[in-house]
Order: sequence, then structure tokens, then C-alpha cells
Amino acid sequence: MLVQAPSRVCEARDLGRMRWAEAYALQHELVEKRKRHEIPDQLLLVEHPHVVTMGRNGHMENLIASEDILSRSGIDFHHTNRGGDVTYHGPGQVVGYPILDLNEWKRDVHAYVRALEEVIIRAIGEYGLMGERIVGATGVWVGGAKICAIGVHISRWVSSHGFALNVATDLQYFQYIIPCGLTLPVTSMRALGVSASTDEVKLVLRQQFGKVFGYETEKLACLMS
Amino acid sequence: MSDVVMPQMGESIVEGTLTRWLKKPGDKVERDEPLFEISTDKVDTEIPSPAAGVLSEVLVQEGQTVAINTVVARISDGAAAPVPAAQPAAPAPAPAPAPVPAPAPVQAAPPAPAPAPPAPAPAPAAPAPAAPAAPAAQDLGPLSPLVRKMARENEVDLSSVTGTGAGGRITKQDVEGAISKPAAAPAAPPAAPAYAPPPPRTEAAKFRIEPMSTMRKKIAEHMAHSLHTAAHVTTVHKVDMTAVAKIREKNKAAFQAQYGFSLTFLPFVTAATCKALREFPILNASIDGTNILYHTDINMGFAVALDNGSGLIVPVVANADEKNVTGLQRSIVDLAARARSRQLKPDEVKGGTFAITNFGSFGSVFATPVINQPNVAILGVGTVEKTPVVINDAIAIRSICYLALTFDHRLIDGALADMFTGRVKQLLENWTDSVL
Repeated sequence: MLVQAPSRVCEARDLGRMRWAEAYALQHELVEKRKRHEIPDQLLLVEHPHVVTMGRNGHMENLIASEDILSRSGIDFHHTNRGGDVTYHGPGQVVGYPILDLNEWKRDVHAYVRALEEVIIRAIGEYGLMGERIVGATGVWVGGAKICAIGVHISRWVSSHGFALNVATDLQYFQYIIPCGLTLPVTSMRALGVSASTDEVKLVLRQQFGKVFGYETEKLACLMS
Repeated sequence: MSDVVMPQMGESIVEGTLTRWLKKPGDKVERDEPLFEISTDKVDTEIPSPAAGVLSEVLVQEGQTVAINTVVARISDGAAAPVPAAQPAAPAPAPAPAPVPAPAPVQAAPPAPAPAPPAPAPAPAAPAPAAPAAPAAQDLGPLSPLVRKMARENEVDLSSVTGTGAGGRITKQDVEGAISKPAAAPAAPPAAPAYAPPPPRTEAAKFRIEPMSTMRKKIAEHMAHSLHTAAHVTTVHKVDMTAVAKIREKNKAAFQAQYGFSLTFLPFVTAATCKALREFPILNASIDGTNILYHTDINMGFAVALDNGSGLIVPVVANADEKNVTGLQRSIVDLAARARSRQLKPDEVKGGTFAITNFGSFGSVFATPVINQPNVAILGVGTVEKTPVVINDAIAIRSICYLALTFDHRLIDGALADMFTGRVKQLLENWTDSVL
């Protein structure tokens, strides 16, 4: 799956800490530009302040705390158009939004999701963690606990949304939800004894992303970090 | 006229769930304009229209999972739009969405040479995780990860499931069917391999299919969720409402004349309940994980039945403990009327901390209500009836009502629930306040 025609370019942008809604608007803008071929593929990396989002096929009962309680606890809540159920984002978690035109890669949503998992498995592998896949439960798991959630939206084969890797996430916040509707535990790199900064992990993710998706060059644009 | 089919979104993908129509029958669509959304795995995909024209027919409803290449809709030429073609008036053309899917009684045999779509590529070429491959059962044909997962989680033996998808493939619906069916099936003598196909549909169907309304879906979800969440227990106390009945009788006519609505027992019960809630704050709480949330305000939810049993909604009287009987009656009448005319504001159905359901108004003596999550209790009010009762060894006629408190035994112990209900009873039986 690695061999690709060369010369495909991906711009990686580190958005730093950005509210979910703001990043969502930016994704939307970039998706439209990508559809019009005005820009190359993009990889946005970001950390969000506390937020709970519900996927298109989500079930409100997987939200344990009411929206009231969330807002009183300073946690934003949004419905969104990605696949998957409810999830949490917050400080210490690296969120990746690849905006790729899959016409130029593979028109195969499963292959795409498996490739995202591959990026994560390789990235955490660099820290000695053995990431695993569970059939029927998209995401990356370590020892039966979820370390990375995946949820994707595709429109005209242009992807948006993506993955959320728990680097040093405060896992307490997952108590408000049943992540992805699955009653399995969550974990983070820190909980597994890896003390890496999110910036460091972002760098590793960028490199592995480039390798797995077969990008020849990878630029690093800094956009209002 | 062009057919719109469920696209194949990847090599190993054999079916997709249509999650949302972005156009309605009768709508004009441009070529490449997003037409519907599908979901596979954790991916939501917008599917563009293959042609320009008018969406004339929708053959697959939202929520249905169908095999790839299934025709999901038809688009007629734009030019032909004004012609009778499709009556956009009819909201749902409902082309017999037969949940009893295609016949093809292919039992669990090797995938019959499917006449239908081009047989999906056999092996999932994707970097299939070298996972515990499902105990290499006999060839069941290609199975989607969802089907495998559902079968695993629900311990369904896929070899005993008859696939109704294209080429006899086992679909999500087949597994759901196998789950909901009591495991009685295996009792059938295996000696009868000749699977009897369902009798041909010649006479009229014995049932009618109607999709649930959004409200019905939500009620269904909430009710089942509540029963799965809370440890429901109901305790029933018999309450002598004679004192309240007398006050009500005395004020009824004047009340109606002055305010334009009648005085019922409900505001009295509500007032007594609010008072008791102040004394037993744990009944006015919620469970949040392993924490107990004690609510400072008493926001009383009232279960309101909509006309013809078309639904149920629970509008909320905020700070109900600060209102007197008249104020409560006014709020109840107002909310119930607006609930029935669907004019409640979103805020008015949120934030309830306790609920009352007045099934007595439909003649029920007592019932066991379901808790309105995230509350921890609900009080059901039975009908008030004149009943002969024994008082001091003499038989008297009193107005009797049963109060049924359903409580969440996770948080509230039986003794406490009875102390609370007993307090409500005591307040009602000794009602002296003649000021409403």
C-alpha cells in the first residue's frame, strides 16, 4: 500500500490550540478548495480545548452527562458530520484532519481508514507501544484499550475529520461519554508510560503520514498557530 | 430515467447503510450534487447524483443497509419534470420497503452464483489485520466486519443464518433477525435440509409498515435507555384525598369563573411533592457516573400525552416549589395545551429534576411509570375515587387515590422512598391551607 506515484504533495499545518468549531470551519473551507483543486492535500494537526462531538450516526444515550452538565463543566458540545459515534477531544490529545483527494490515492474508504490506523500504529511504535486493530472497531488499540479514535467524512472522495490520538489526555474526561458507543476502556501514551510532548508526537505523525500515504515532499506551513 | 445505485466505496465493501437523503422525491438535482449520505465503518460519505433531473423515486429509506449496486433511487430527465411522473405531493412514495428482503432462500450454502451484482471481490485485499480470523467456518460468502462483529458479540452462529443479501450474503438485518429470534431455531431437526421457502405472497399482506415518527423513535430510545440504566422499583401508597377534595369542591366554581380553567387534584399533589422534595433532596438528584448531583432547583416535569396516543412529552415547570396551587394549575394547563399544539419552546422541556405523571386522568388506579432520565424518581398519580374505608372501626366514604413512586434503587433505598411518599401522603391528608 505504500508504493505511490511520486510527486504528490501534502501540506501539513500545525494549528496549535484551536477551538473545535473554528477548526471545523477551516476544514470546511479547505475541503471546498481541495475539491476545486486550488490546493494540494492537507494534514491539519491541532489540539482542541475540551469538547465532546457527536458523529452523524451517534446515539445521544452514549453521552452520559447531559449537555447542561457539559456546559457547566466548560466542555463544548457539537454535532458533526463525521462517521462514528460520540467522542471527546481535549488538551494533550493530537487531532489530525487529513484533507485528501482520495481520487489521487485510492478510491476505497476502508483502505483509507486502515491507512490512518497504520500511521498511528507506526507512530506509537516509535515509542515502543504495540498498537493493534480490532476487527469491526475502527481505531487503534493498545492492550484492549483505545488510544486513538477515528471518524471520517468523505465528499466527492475528499476526506475530512480524521483521528484523535491520546498523547497526554486527561482520561477523566472520557467519563462523560461512552466513546464510540463501545464500553471499552480508553488509554493514552502517558498512561502507558510514554512521556512525549504533543509537539514531538505531531512531528512523528507527520513523518509517518507522509510514508504511509506516499507523499514525496511534505511542506510545513504554519497557519495562525 | 437513470438509476442511482449504492456505490462500492472500497474493494472489501459489500454493503452500505443509507443514513440520510439530502433530496426529497420531486426535488430537482444537478449532476454531481450531493444526493444522499451513506455510512460504512467509521466513514460517512456524501454521494453525488449521477445525473441531472428530478428525483422521481426513492427506493431505499434512511437507516436501511443494502448491498452495493442496489438501486436506491431513480432520477427522471429534468425536461420531463412537469409531466405527471412523480407527484411531489406524496411525501414518501414508500415503494413497499419490504423488510422481508429478497427471497433467494440460499441457506448457508456456498455463495450461489448470484445473478445480481458482479460478485464482490472475494478476499478483502486491504491490509486485513491478521486478527483472530473468525473460526474458519464453512464458506459463508463475504461477510462485512459489522456482521462479523455483531455475530461475535451476540454469539450468533452465522452458519445457521440465512443470508438475504445479494448472492445469499448475510446482512446486518439477517443477524438482527437471528438475535431477536429466540434461540429456538436450532431445535428444528437438522434432518430437513430442504429449507422451506416462505409461502409466495399472493394474498394481501397481514400487516402494514409505517416508519416511526422522530418523536416515537426518541420515546422508544428514552424508555428503553431508562429501563436499562436505572434499577426501577415502584412503591404504592394509598392516600386519603378527602381534605383536598373538600377544598377543591368548595373553590371549583369560583376558580373556573375567575381563571378560566378548572381546578384539579394535580396542583395539590405537586405542591405536596415539592415540599417533600425539599425535605428529601436525594429524590431531586441525578446520577452522574459515580457522583450524585443534588439539584438546587426543583424543576417539575409533567408527562403530557399527545392526542390519539401519538406521543408523550414532558414539559417542565421551573422552580415549581415557589408556586402556589393556583400558579401550578395555571402552568400545568398552559404547558399541556402548548405541548399538544406543539408550541413548546426547547427550554420548556429541559432541565426537569423530578417528574409527575397523572395517569389517573385516564382512569388508571395505579401504574408503574418509567423514570424520566436523568431523574431518579417519578410519581404516578392514580385516579381519585370515592371508596368505602374503615376508620375507627366504622365504614366511611372517602376520596382515595393511589400514589405510585417509581425510584432508582441504585441511589434510593426502599425505606427512604417510602418515607418520602409517606410524607407526600401526610401533607395531602392533612391539607388545611384554604388559600390556593
